[in-house]
Amino acid sequence: MSHSSQPAFSSGRLLRACLYAVLILFAVYYLLPLFVMLVNSVKTLDEIRGGNMMSLPKNFTFEPWLTAWSSAQIGVEPTGLSPYFINSILMVVPAVTISTFLGALNGYVLTKWRFPGDKVVFGLMLFACFIPFQIVLIPMARVLGAIGLAGTTSGLVLVHVVYGLGFTTLFFRNYYAAFPDELIKAAKMDGAGFWRTFTRILLPSSGPIIVVTVIWQFTNIWNDFLFGASFADFDSMPMTVALNNLVSSSTGVKEYNVHFAGAVLAALPTLIVYVVSGRYFVRGLMAGAVKG
Amino acid sequence: MSFLQIDKVCKSFGPINVLRDISIDVEEGGFLVLVGPSGCGKSTLLNTIAGLEKLTTGEIRIEGNVIDDLAPADRNIAMVFQSYALYPNMNVGQNISFGLEMRGMPKEERDAKVAEVAKTLQIEHLLDRKPGQLSGGQRQRVAMGRALVRNPKLFLFDEPLSNLDAKLRVDMRTEIKRMHQTFGSTIVYVTHDQIEAMTLGTRIAVLKDGIVQQYGTPAEIYNDPSNMFVADFMGSPAMNLIPATVNGNRVEMTRADGAPLVLSFDKLPATVSARNGKEVMVGIRPEAITDAAGRGGDKCIQAACRIDVVEPAGADIYAITVLGGKEVVTRLHQDWPGMANQSAELLFNLEKIVFFDPQSGERLR
Ligand SMILES: Nc1ncnc2c1ncn2[C@@H]1O[C@H](COP(=O)(O)OP(=O)(O)O)[C@@H](O)[C@H]1O
Ligand SMILES: [Mg+2]
Repeated sequence: MSHSSQPAFSSGRLLRACLYAVLILFAVYYLLPLFVMLVNSVKTLDEIRGGNMMSLPKNFTFEPWLTAWSSAQIGVEPTGLSPYFINSILMVVPAVTISTFLGALNGYVLTKWRFPGDKVVFGLMLFACFIPFQIVLIPMARVLGAIGLAGTTSGLVLVHVVYGLGFTTLFFRNYYAAFPDELIKAAKMDGAGFWRTFTRILLPSSGPIIVVTVIWQFTNIWNDFLFGASFADFDSMPMTVALNNLVSSSTGVKEYNVHFAGAVLAALPTLIVYVVSGRYFVRGLMAGAVKG
Repeated sequence: MSFLQIDKVCKSFGPINVLRDISIDVEEGGFLVLVGPSGCGKSTLLNTIAGLEKLTTGEIRIEGNVIDDLAPADRNIAMVFQSYALYPNMNVGQNISFGLEMRGMPKEERDAKVAEVAKTLQIEHLLDRKPGQLSGGQRQRVAMGRALVRNPKLFLFDEPLSNLDAKLRVDMRTEIKRMHQTFGSTIVYVTHDQIEAMTLGTRIAVLKDGIVQQYGTPAEIYNDPSNMFVADFMGSPAMNLIPATVNGNRVEMTRADGAPLVLSFDKLPATVSARNGKEVMVGIRPEAITDAAGRGGDKCIQAACRIDVVEPAGADIYAITVLGGKEVVTRLHQDWPGMANQSAELLFNLEKIVFFDPQSGERLR
């Protein structure tokens, strides 16, 4: 018994070691760009020009970060990225809140207040998840113009809500499909109507899927470049577009350290969201997948 | 006038007729059990009473008032669900008081009511827990508390014990019966378990395919089944159904060795005598076939039968023989000395025998 299980045990160990080696390799591969960005964002420009991209900084400086944030040239104005960071926040917060709430409401209606044709409606919403955004740019621009939201943050919020709705509805529909119908019946017997059943029973039980949806929407909307570049004007430009303008501005020398700092700044919010709630993300996705 | 009247109720989902012409009356303080195999429409009937499903035709009245157009919450009915349906995000106290809150009862009054119900059900120590932290039996109590606290006119239970283990199920059964006796509430109770039906109900309605097969007291259902389905469904072990031939005042069935077993009656029901020379189905409960040590009496017929299997069950012994080509369960005394693969003298109690039409399954009276 023991002599037959011993080799199996050590070959398991070997396999595990290989697995970890591969995983570490992948991790390094993915983390390397982040490393390059971080080290070079705290070097002086001279040091970058004269040295190795991979080397650690000799003269540590926060100057590029401050420049990127508050004084770098974005297009023609030397404002830094900060106003655009605010723009992105003003766009992301309402867009995520509204699309998540509407997705929850849709999921609730599609599973618990079913109506003739509900499957078709859901099918159409799913379809919206797979429309390439390039196709809708021109029609959307015309719609925004027609309703007077062209070039505004509200316009961007609308666009992101509309195009996020397919996914948020899908998430919540699958989650609520596994939510027992008897609970809805019990609420009816208790005298709770449509809204109170939703706000008092469904929503408070939706923690994991809300986290998933918020992360998903936040990262997508924050990182969006296409809609921002297409529909925003100078005052409503989100962070991603501003970063592009910073990096590609043609005047003067290329300040790589400032560019790196700006890029990290632009990625920071999504990074923070993941770190804070990433474990719920996996848990919520699993819950939806297994039950739905 | 009856308290709850279910009057010619039909319910269909599209082309499927789930309930067909159901009429049942329950008196105030009655305990009606709806029993039948899974899928026969029990829950659907309960949901129409609750107002969770609209009925297709027919009427349901409580105290003479038609309730069909009232919303579930306005019917003054409480329901205990099979899965208990406790709100997972609320603690036990909030679960119990939610219905009161929705009705706009002030907080102090609510708290007093919850405390009272919690005391009755002995769940005071659980009030701050979430449903996820409770055992099956505790959840069951909380679900009952949520129904009790509203002090409704009518309680509906949908298979409330089917998720509990066997021991707890028996305990909770007693508890529900006690609750019914204490509060005198009117109850409609759904189960697929015929033992639950027999032990709990003051009235039983046996359903099959959305049709009431028989409606009566537990004794009527047990002793006087109206067709072979009811005879077979109610009672454990089930009633023996033995093919036999009518011959004048006698009914004959074949034993395992081919010899006829003759039951001679003083008088057969007219519908049975009318089938002279033809087949009937004899229904006889296991306890009506017993060993010679039994009481016997003049209405019994003794016959030797070969015993195939002996199953001691503590208080009794179940012995199986073959009659009319079917396995027949007999219920013998604990100290019966016989053994399998031997012949034994059995007493057939003629008073307890019923007859069915073998084709339609209907009772021949
Ligand atoms: N909403 C519905 N739509 C279509 N068919 C249904 C619906 N609810 C129940 N049924 C059908 O009605 C029949 C009776 O169901 P139900 O009342 O739940 O049975 P039981 O509670 O006796 O097991 C089943 O065949 C079921 O498939
Ligand atoms: Mg059912």
